[in-house]
Amino acid sequence: MNKQAFAKLKSFRFTRKVFSYPYVLFMLIFIVTPLFLILINAFKVNGEFSLGNFVAFFKDSSSITVLERSILVGLFTTAVCLLIGYPVAYFLTQFSSSKVIALLFIIPMWVNFLIRTLSTKAIFQILDMPLGWSAVLVGMVYNYLPFMILPLHTTLSNIDKSYIEASEDLGANSFVVFLKTILPLSVPGIISGITMVFIPTISTFAITEILSNRRITLFGDTINYMFQSSSTYGIGSVMSLIMLVMVIISNTIISRMNKNNQGGSAVW
Amino acid sequence: MVKKMLGKSYLLLVLAFMYAPIVLIIILSFFSSGSRFSLAGTFTFDNYLAIFTSRSSPVLFDAIKNTLIIALVSSIIATVMGSVAAIGMFHLGKRGQRFVAGMNQLPIINSEIVMAVSLMIFFVTFSFPSGYTRLIIGHITFCTPYVVLSVLPRLYQMDPNVYEAALDLGANPTKALLKVQVPMLIPSILTGFIMSFTISLDDFIITQINKGASSGINTISTYLYEDTKSQGFQAFWPAIFSIIFIVVLTTLIMVNFKKKTNGGNAK
Repeated sequence: MNKQAFAKLKSFRFTRKVFSYPYVLFMLIFIVTPLFLILINAFKVNGEFSLGNFVAFFKDSSSITVLERSILVGLFTTAVCLLIGYPVAYFLTQFSSSKVIALLFIIPMWVNFLIRTLSTKAIFQILDMPLGWSAVLVGMVYNYLPFMILPLHTTLSNIDKSYIEASEDLGANSFVVFLKTILPLSVPGIISGITMVFIPTISTFAITEILSNRRITLFGDTINYMFQSSSTYGIGSVMSLIMLVMVIISNTIISRMNKNNQGGSAVW
Repeated sequence: MVKKMLGKSYLLLVLAFMYAPIVLIIILSFFSSGSRFSLAGTFTFDNYLAIFTSRSSPVLFDAIKNTLIIALVSSIIATVMGSVAAIGMFHLGKRGQRFVAGMNQLPIINSEIVMAVSLMIFFVTFSFPSGYTRLIIGHITFCTPYVVLSVLPRLYQMDPNVYEAALDLGANPTKALLKVQVPMLIPSILTGFIMSFTISLDDFIITQINKGASSGINTISTYLYEDTKSQGFQAFWPAIFSIIFIVVLTTLIMVNFKKKTNGGNAK
């Protein structure tokens, strides 16, 4: 290519970045500004700067209880999903080359979560079991299990088989191979599975409502409730900020983990 | 051998757990029952007929119409804006691209409820017209990132020589973009569109919080939610669930099979 054409190409490349500007503007208006409004609202009481909302939130024992309870439910759901999901992902890579079988485990993810939750409710009603904590926990695990299996399956199926063969050649039995080779290599999948389950579990609403006949509320339900009247926007904003902090923390961990591991492709 | 059997039965067990509720709903859709789920009734197609004949059918069809309109409009806008943005981002400097990609990531990583309430505060503060406007803007914000994430990697995979060849053969940059690059991007643009459309169809939280009480607009999921809160749970819901599930199942398996055969040809 001659020099002139190259310069022309270069200048055009330079101008073509303009194409991203409308979307950048759109994001600044509709994604960044709303988050700033949450921040402003959290620090505002009667139109003035104040820490009142934070004081109100942290002094109110009932809202702290809801937060604690949500984190516990989140931890429980995440742990159970990991315990059930890891062997699924492991066995899938062990003896099923068929992607369709892996797909079967992910498909429920594409069914609307309200439908899945109501189906869980149907099971409990058919078996004449009372709605309440057990229903909520089963419903949570049922809802988020595919979100745990998907990243685990992606990571596990991307592990280079030669590592496993190498450790077998070096004398490890299948248990040691798993413990010292497969498990450490699948940590990024575990971490991303944990965040894909933990954050939505804490912040979801409607699941607890449907499966406990509105007797149990979690953080997400409370945030939704706070934004139903403008007088509690401030406290609602504080709660949203807490949620946002948790999101940021978990994503920082994920991006740290992913630095040495290129993101694999999804099942399909 | 034993280990293999054990593994297989474990997989079957988990599949049974995951599909039991769905299978149950499909069975229930053929039984007449009241507001409570039960197998007490008799085999019937009434629930399916109720989709059309129930007193609430107009409300249901209105919700279906709203769902489709919102999904279609927002995914078309998201696809156009996202694809154009991806081309722009490809030509941004490294730092610029990191900044834009970071913002683009926000709706994906952020908790849905926080996205929803922040948009709600925004719409209320700047008094946006309630109803369709708010919902479509909301849906565009969480759909566009998926379009960008689908188109941008394709731009990196593309052979830069093809574009330069087009220039060498006398095309001006605009023509090379429209006649050479964009056609090569069509598959990933289409993927982005389909993803946007499905995600929009599936959305509940952002729609529920931003639809506003007074607008009276319901999508299928928000109508379903409101119906579970009222006492009389419509008889057609199990039928609707079954239809939705069958559609999801066949679409995903078909897409996967098609992809597989395409992959085979490429090799």
